[in-house]
Amino acid sequence: MKFLKLSKQYLVVSLLCSGCLYASVQIIEPTENAYQEIQEALILAEPGDVIRLTSGIFKLEDSLSLDVPNVQIEGEGMDQTILDFSNQQSGAQGLSVTSNNVTLQDFSVQNAKGDAIKVKGVTNIKFLRVKTEWTDGPKPENGAYGLYPVESTNVLIDGCVAIGASDAGIYVGQSTNIIVRNSRAEYNVAGIEIENSYFADVYNNLATNNTGGILVFDLPGLPQQGGHHVRVFNNRSIGNNTDNFAPEGNIVGEVPRGTGIIIQANSDVEIFNNEIGDNDTVNIAVVTYANETDDKTYYPHPKSIQIHGNIFGHTGYNPDTSKGDLAQILYDLSNGNMPDIFWDGLVPLSQIILGQPDEEKIIITNNGDATVLAIKPIGFMLPFLEPATLDITEFDGVVTPLAKVEFNENF
Amino acid sequence: MKIFKKFYFFILLLSCIEITAQNISKNNFTKFPLHLSEFGFFSDLRNQIPVKGVHPYSLVSPLFSDHTDKLRFVYIPEGEKLGYVKNKVFIFPVGSTLIKTFAYLNQNGPLPKQLLETRLLINTDEGWKALSYVWNEDQTDAKRSIAGATILTTFISSDGEIIDIRYRAPNQNQCKECHQANKVMTPIGPKPRNMNKTVEYASGEMNQLLHWAALGWINEKIKTQFISSYADINAELNDRARAYLDINCGHCHIAGGSADTTGLYLNYAENNKEQLGIYKKPVAAGRASGNLQYSIVPGNPDKSIMLYRMKSLDPGIMMPESGRALADEAGIKLITNWINSL
Repeated sequence: MKFLKLSKQYLVVSLLCSGCLYASVQIIEPTENAYQEIQEALILAEPGDVIRLTSGIFKLEDSLSLDVPNVQIEGEGMDQTILDFSNQQSGAQGLSVTSNNVTLQDFSVQNAKGDAIKVKGVTNIKFLRVKTEWTDGPKPENGAYGLYPVESTNVLIDGCVAIGASDAGIYVGQSTNIIVRNSRAEYNVAGIEIENSYFADVYNNLATNNTGGILVFDLPGLPQQGGHHVRVFNNRSIGNNTDNFAPEGNIVGEVPRGTGIIIQANSDVEIFNNEIGDNDTVNIAVVTYANETDDKTYYPHPKSIQIHGNIFGHTGYNPDTSKGDLAQILYDLSNGNMPDIFWDGLVPLSQIILGQPDEEKIIITNNGDATVLAIKPIGFMLPFLEPATLDITEFDGVVTPLAKVEFNENF
Repeated sequence: MKIFKKFYFFILLLSCIEITAQNISKNNFTKFPLHLSEFGFFSDLRNQIPVKGVHPYSLVSPLFSDHTDKLRFVYIPEGEKLGYVKNKVFIFPVGSTLIKTFAYLNQNGPLPKQLLETRLLINTDEGWKALSYVWNEDQTDAKRSIAGATILTTFISSDGEIIDIRYRAPNQNQCKECHQANKVMTPIGPKPRNMNKTVEYASGEMNQLLHWAALGWINEKIKTQFISSYADINAELNDRARAYLDINCGHCHIAGGSADTTGLYLNYAENNKEQLGIYKKPVAAGRASGNLQYSIVPGNPDKSIMLYRMKSLDPGIMMPESGRALADEAGIKLITNWINSL
């Protein structure tokens, strides 16, 4: 196989790759012409190729994109190889990937004008030790998403860092089979968000200094909805007390400052063995999607949610009533004694009357001295009845563990 | 046709590659000619005079591309026919090529005309391939560009105004952003309804579809919808607006298109109001929401994210995401009037 030698700065090394052909490692340095070199390399790459970006700052004015399968883009470390888009002139992402079996590792993307790294419609994508950052602190002018796989299958995010996104630092949307682990999300509106997705494991992560730490959401009107089977465990969601800086209109703009974990309109979600505390408003909120929609196929309520074995720290001491009405309702109902866990209690009308099926009931158990507040819809609407319950034992039950999310990580 | 020998040769070459080395990636861009002149599409390249067998065509409603003039040509291998599926782009036989030169003709002012790039869509055995050839400064030929190109230049607007522009010729992947539906490359413009217009030919005026039928490419009885030109001020406002959104947005904002993650569908056939953007909340817009709640607020263009993004020149906000560095003032006016009318 011939390999096109693009310039003398390219060091083309041929390696024998198993199975078929030669693969090459191309090494690109941060020179004046780096954009042209990287983008040509990304287009002309052959499956199996590695594109290595050396240490240094690559100043890029246009967005990069990869559409060749089985390619690895690697740097020499997330703090060594920096793709700097501060002066970006065109393109809605820093880097976009649309091909299968791609590994991104050991580099960072800074100050993209839109999203930092968007991966769309891909089977098998790995982000290893990748960092996305807006370096000027949390600001509404920052791009929406840091790590942004969407409509993808088999998504691994491991050892990554996401800082400063004006929507979500690590955002996985409309995807299937997802692992987010050993990563850190800081100073984003949402630290880690799993949205309209199926089968996700989120573990060993740290979400801190965000507005909301970890979000499991489902939204209407999208090609994939009905998010389900999400496990959030062994994470620390601590001190997420950055004021919400999302531009209005965005769904995360309604997240109050100081929220540890929010589950909205998903089913089969298991939240366990996490450490959640020092969040101004509430440690965990389980809520219905409350905006209007014409989408008849959409189910807006959370169901089959299990919360167990978590350790809760201090919360609710400084609730943020400026965003949405969650904090205000919670504050009013609790008379200021804010709980660790809030459930809005909303279920379909038939279930308000007849009760929920057992398998759909929320289970809250074995969470130490955690406190809860759950709205009683009938009591909330009618006078003289209790609008909410504070009795955590009402939600006691036997946990049915969800299956581990697994896929071949060695593609 | 002798002139196309070379052209056929690499179509053949592509098919050989497929047979002999199926493991080699299909990334055969470097196998295409390095210069536009090598194709032999034009008898006078600089003046864009095509050879016999290469036919000019035009669209009812074109995509806005920074006020460039677009010179379109089509080559269909001799004796071949086009396939027709109602409301879809014509199905072109293998070997067909759509040729589009982006230029500033500068007919309203003192600047010379400037050819910027010529894009080719070539239907090969492996499907459509998109190529961009960027014109040299001497305007003698255009060279294949892989990673795109930035052209800093100046042109004269229709009002005679001199405008500076950072024109971006797209890279190969950016071609796919718009031209790919469900991961398959496809032309966008030549849908029957978008070809249904009268055009000035050397032989006189003729409906373009009838002309193609006379060439033996299509059946003259094909049925097509009539679609207004969005530029036609006598046409109905809603038709004009939908025609505009269809050609400027609908190739990505359609199920299976590159913007389908948003659930905002702007293709001509979309009839669901929320999906069309009416009182639809943004999904992944970030700061591109402009602090507004909905894509379209009927009667209130200033509260509509769609217009905010059409007006913006910020790469993190602007729509379309690529293909323009300027705002389309006429399009903005049209969509403003349309939203006001809703």
